Amino acid sequence: MRRRTPPTLLIGGFLVALVIVTALTSAVWTPTDPTHVEVSARLKGPTPTYLLGTDQLGRDELSRIMAGARNTLLIGIVTVLIAIGVGVPLGGIAALYRGRLEDATMRFSDVLLAFPAILLAIMFAAVFQPSTVTAMAAIGIALVPVFARVVRGAGLQVMQQDYVTVTRTYGGGNGWIFIRHLLPNVSSVLIVQATVAFAVAILAEAALSYLGLGTPPPTPSWGRMLSESQTFLDQAPLLAFWPGVSIALTVLGFNLLGDGLRDLLDPKLVERLPAQG
Amino acid sequence: MTQPVLDVQDLTVRVGSIEVVHQVNFALEAGQRTGLIGESGSGKTLTALAIMGLLPDGLSASGRVLHRGRDVLAMSERELCAVRGDQMAMIFQEPMTALNPVMKIGQQVAEPLRLHRRMGGRQAHAAAVRALERVRLPDAAEKMHAYPHQLSGGQRQRAMIAMATACSPDLLIADEPTTALDVTVQAQILDLLVGLVEEGGSSLLLITHDLPVVANVCQRVLVLYGGRIVEEGSVQDVFGDPRHPYTRALLDAIPPLDEDLPDRKLKAVAGSVPGLGEFPPGCPFRNRCPRADGACVVMPELDGTDHRAACWHPLT
Amino acid sequence: MAVQIVVQLGWLVVSLVAASVLVFTVTNILPGDVAEVILGTSATPEALETLRHQLGLDQPGWMRYLQWVGGMLHSDFGTSLLSHSAVGPLIVQKLAVSGPLALTSAVLALALALPLGVLAGVNYRCPAGTLISVVSLVGIAVPAFWAGLLLATVFAIQLKILPAGGFVDWSANPLAAARALVLPSLALGLVQAAVLTRYIRSAIVEVQREDFIRTARAKGLTRWQALHHHGFRYAAIPVVTILGVQLTGLLVGAVVIENVFVLPGLGRLLFQSVGNRDLIVVQDLVMLLTAVVLVVNFVVDLSYRLLDPRIRSTA
Repeated sequence: MRRRTPPTLLIGGFLVALVIVTALTSAVWTPTDPTHVEVSARLKGPTPTYLLGTDQLGRDELSRIMAGARNTLLIGIVTVLIAIGVGVPLGGIAALYRGRLEDATMRFSDVLLAFPAILLAIMFAAVFQPSTVTAMAAIGIALVPVFARVVRGAGLQVMQQDYVTVTRTYGGGNGWIFIRHLLPNVSSVLIVQATVAFAVAILAEAALSYLGLGTPPPTPSWGRMLSESQTFLDQAPLLAFWPGVSIALTVLGFNLLGDGLRDLLDPKLVERLPAQG
Repeated sequence: MTQPVLDVQDLTVRVGSIEVVHQVNFALEAGQRTGLIGESGSGKTLTALAIMGLLPDGLSASGRVLHRGRDVLAMSERELCAVRGDQMAMIFQEPMTALNPVMKIGQQVAEPLRLHRRMGGRQAHAAAVRALERVRLPDAAEKMHAYPHQLSGGQRQRAMIAMATACSPDLLIADEPTTALDVTVQAQILDLLVGLVEEGGSSLLLITHDLPVVANVCQRVLVLYGGRIVEEGSVQDVFGDPRHPYTRALLDAIPPLDEDLPDRKLKAVAGSVPGLGEFPPGCPFRNRCPRADGACVVMPELDGTDHRAACWHPLT
Repeated sequence: MAVQIVVQLGWLVVSLVAASVLVFTVTNILPGDVAEVILGTSATPEALETLRHQLGLDQPGWMRYLQWVGGMLHSDFGTSLLSHSAVGPLIVQKLAVSGPLALTSAVLALALALPLGVLAGVNYRCPAGTLISVVSLVGIAVPAFWAGLLLATVFAIQLKILPAGGFVDWSANPLAAARALVLPSLALGLVQAAVLTRYIRSAIVEVQREDFIRTARAKGLTRWQALHHHGFRYAAIPVVTILGVQLTGLLVGAVVIENVFVLPGLGRLLFQSVGNRDLIVVQDLVMLLTAVVLVVNFVVDLSYRLLDPRIRSTA
């Protein structure tokens, strides 16, 4: 029986596409220059010129939101790539070699798990000047254990399969098995995990920016925009609304996308009838 | 004439709008053992679940399933719960997943007794031990405190049987009870099942794809294909003189142990079983049947009196 | 099983040591240092040297590490490089704010998530279940600190019934102190509740698909009885995992929320110490948080053995 496309996939895909399109558009066009300061127009509500109003320095909120999307996506992509780049080999090694090596890599991963992204970022901030790079490094490292676990788990199942044994009989080494058999078969789990990790990364980055440990000014960053809006909560409460909604919608989009992909790619979760018809 | 223990009338099971079991009719008398034969995808497990009122969410059943005159399909959940485990019981195929892995065996076996016989803890415990002894589980008293993963496959199935027969139901449905077991254990379990059923005077509906098992254990047999009964009759009649081409093909596919096969080839049934909802209209066996022709686009009814086949071109 | 527990304890100790090394290493590769922060950039090199010597910063790394660890084992958390007050009592003082905050949020989250998650899981095909699922999905996407801001806007600024920030000492005015914690706990707790609800619902939905639930119903138990007697115990395993992970999230969330509502708790202390390059405090706090997380993971692992007899039998 054919499965219909899960609604979560459609809604999630739509939201994610919206953010991507906004980010790409902002690279070539925004209603006004997001960094252009116009003190006479500060803290205005929504007007025809400034569709979402202006912030405390008179900058167009809509343009800043759009530019912020670029920042958010960039950080999300880089952190997830870092996490995959380190986590997947780690998990692969654990699944392939088993024994002591597996224990060691998993324990290392567990210790990393004890350091949430924000804690790492705070530590990095104590050492280096807080910037986009430190934020990305912190979040990327914090997400490594997630991928290591997932790849190890799925990898262990793959290693049980007969085709792996067969590959060894005709001389396939661990590297070959890793690339030709392990990776393709964990790819669906990996994709789902990556979308979820993206959502987590965005939330973490928002918190870091809010604390001032992320992207420094003048580059627009949703988290930092929220912290800047806090002083003017009584004068322009809407300023605290737009960046937050943007973050929430982006995270929601990626979460739904991940759910939808999981429904699509993992047959186990589809409503199943008893095995012997 | 006494009421049959089970009287299934025009049972149809649907997944959404697709019919997966069509107009199944049969009856089970007291003490009778009937086999329901079919391959994977024939609808046999769904038929059993429909009788118990345990169809998964998304499936619906119509028709009448009379247990001692009461229509199971019309009963409320409460009424069903009173009957299930007490008067009707089911044994499932895979004891490792059908038993709760985090609960002790003893608790699980005692549960129907506590539920239906209102036994207290100690009483139920003692009765459960007796039930385990009845299924010849070694060291029954100790095994009460064991978890399913600590038992062997055969032992787990014995525990399942003990659980199902604890309240002496008059109808026992066994869904592939020995398929997941070693061959050597299969015979023991089947003997046990027959013994218990005879002792308790219950009726047995044995669901399986294994013809020799039915031949050994049952008195009557129903052959299911594509959700329809294509042949029914006594075991001697159906296996000794099969009328439907599918039954013939199933029997032919059993490799003989005492002689060489002609051409030294196994006689498999041509083609493969279509997926649910993908059976051709008319006779479901039409596109795999060597005797099919234009008439077969219309589904034949079961003919005859005792030994019946649903075929336009039966073998006899 | 006792052997396994001892082995796990051993791993816990190893993890703690590894974490401490990590923390110490990271916080001590500093470009700038405390001496400069205290004396300012115009200070002479000699003055900086003297101060560094006074603060013990010129000793070799491994020696400072051992001093630090040794001190912690004796409940001596050193002295703040900036304020020269003992860090131990400082932490305890701040705990009086962070502790109740974390506790209230956790209790709120559980009190909401357990019933809602179970309800959504049991009724996953009904509108009620779907509604809860959707709401929790939205709740997950909301950053806790934004929730805090929104709550502050509504209740503190518009309605003016609760404070938007600041804290009063418990001993001075317990009622005011409690009021100060309402919005932060709500923000943190609600978001955590959303996450937990999602996971609990998912665990309950999954368990209902298990074969042994069908067997239980075949024995005559109602859907609810089957879930109650058989399902919950089995579903508890993944839920306990999530509770452990969520605790980490809660601690981190508390750090951020304290900065939103200007609460003088451990989170703000950490934040300020980082800015001031107050090494000792940063090390101690990060180590404390990490230790809590590692211990929680250990407890979660222990509870697996209690809940799942299959794990007990194997190594």
